[in-house]
Amino acid sequence: MADETLTFEDFTVGRSFALGPKAVKSDEIIAFAMEFDPQPMHLDEEAGRNSILGGLAASGWHTSSMFMRMMFDSYLSKALSEGSPGIDVMDWRKPVLAGDTLSGRSLVIDARLMRSRPGIGIVKFRHEVENQRGEIVCFGENSIMFRARPSGESAA
Amino acid sequence: MRMAEIYSIGQKIEIGSYTFDAERIIDFATQFDPQFFHIDPKAAKESLFGGLCASGWHSCSAWMKTFVAFWSAETARLQLQGLSAPKLGPSPGFKNLQWLRPVFAGDTVRYSVTLLSSRELTSREGWILNTILCEGENQDGVPVIRFESSVLEFA
Repeated sequence: MADETLTFEDFTVGRSFALGPKAVKSDEIIAFAMEFDPQPMHLDEEAGRNSILGGLAASGWHTSSMFMRMMFDSYLSKALSEGSPGIDVMDWRKPVLAGDTLSGRSLVIDARLMRSRPGIGIVKFRHEVENQRGEIVCFGENSIMFRARPSGESAA
Repeated sequence: MRMAEIYSIGQKIEIGSYTFDAERIIDFATQFDPQFFHIDPKAAKESLFGGLCASGWHSCSAWMKTFVAFWSAETARLQLQGLSAPKLGPSPGFKNLQWLRPVFAGDTVRYSVTLLSSRELTSREGWILNTILCEGENQDGVPVIRFESSVLEFA
């Protein structure tokens, strides 16, 4: 398969990009938590079991960061991305526990060229990350900027 | 004590700072967000950002790091006064997150929290849902990040 570079034109409303799978390992949960979120339920199996999360659970920010990596591996690595202005909403709906496998999708829900930045389009996504039981653990909506093809070229 | 008894609604509280040196930026991004403007100082100059800058998730995670340290110090401070700290639970999420300006290699971000609202959940006896505004500004006083986070509290 030829290398495919994704530009703004490729992010058409209704197109969906598969995320994952990503296996969540306990040592990764603990390493992230030691650096950024050293609370007992993110550091220790027993403390996690005794919390309302029910097991050694990833920091929400770790879940978001793993989601970021899944987006990168799925489509951002191939795209002319110019970053994101933010996140409209992100819900951590269920705990992400050691041993879970995450997958999901990013669905394009809006796309338009920016008037303020010529040659750049902004694409709004609805993201869903689910565990191996199909339960949505993380839901989000955000916009990402992409370079458009130079005028004169059409989308493949 | 409850959050809303300790902090006034609208009162901005400084919680600490974090320095984004190039090594930390690249380490985080290599794991979670290896877009070229987060891992390659030379190539980053050609991006809209104009230089090596931290993943937005890194600036969020650094907020969490400063908050956990702040909260541990607050818990100790309250205990010294003979008061019990609020029992905080996990966060169900956040909204309206804006990465206002890039966080460049070498920047130090000072983070703060402001309690926006606090209400008892009718669905769960003894559970309180707090909304806090989380902000960060760089060493020049320029806002770089803001978001509204939900934090559970158990009465």
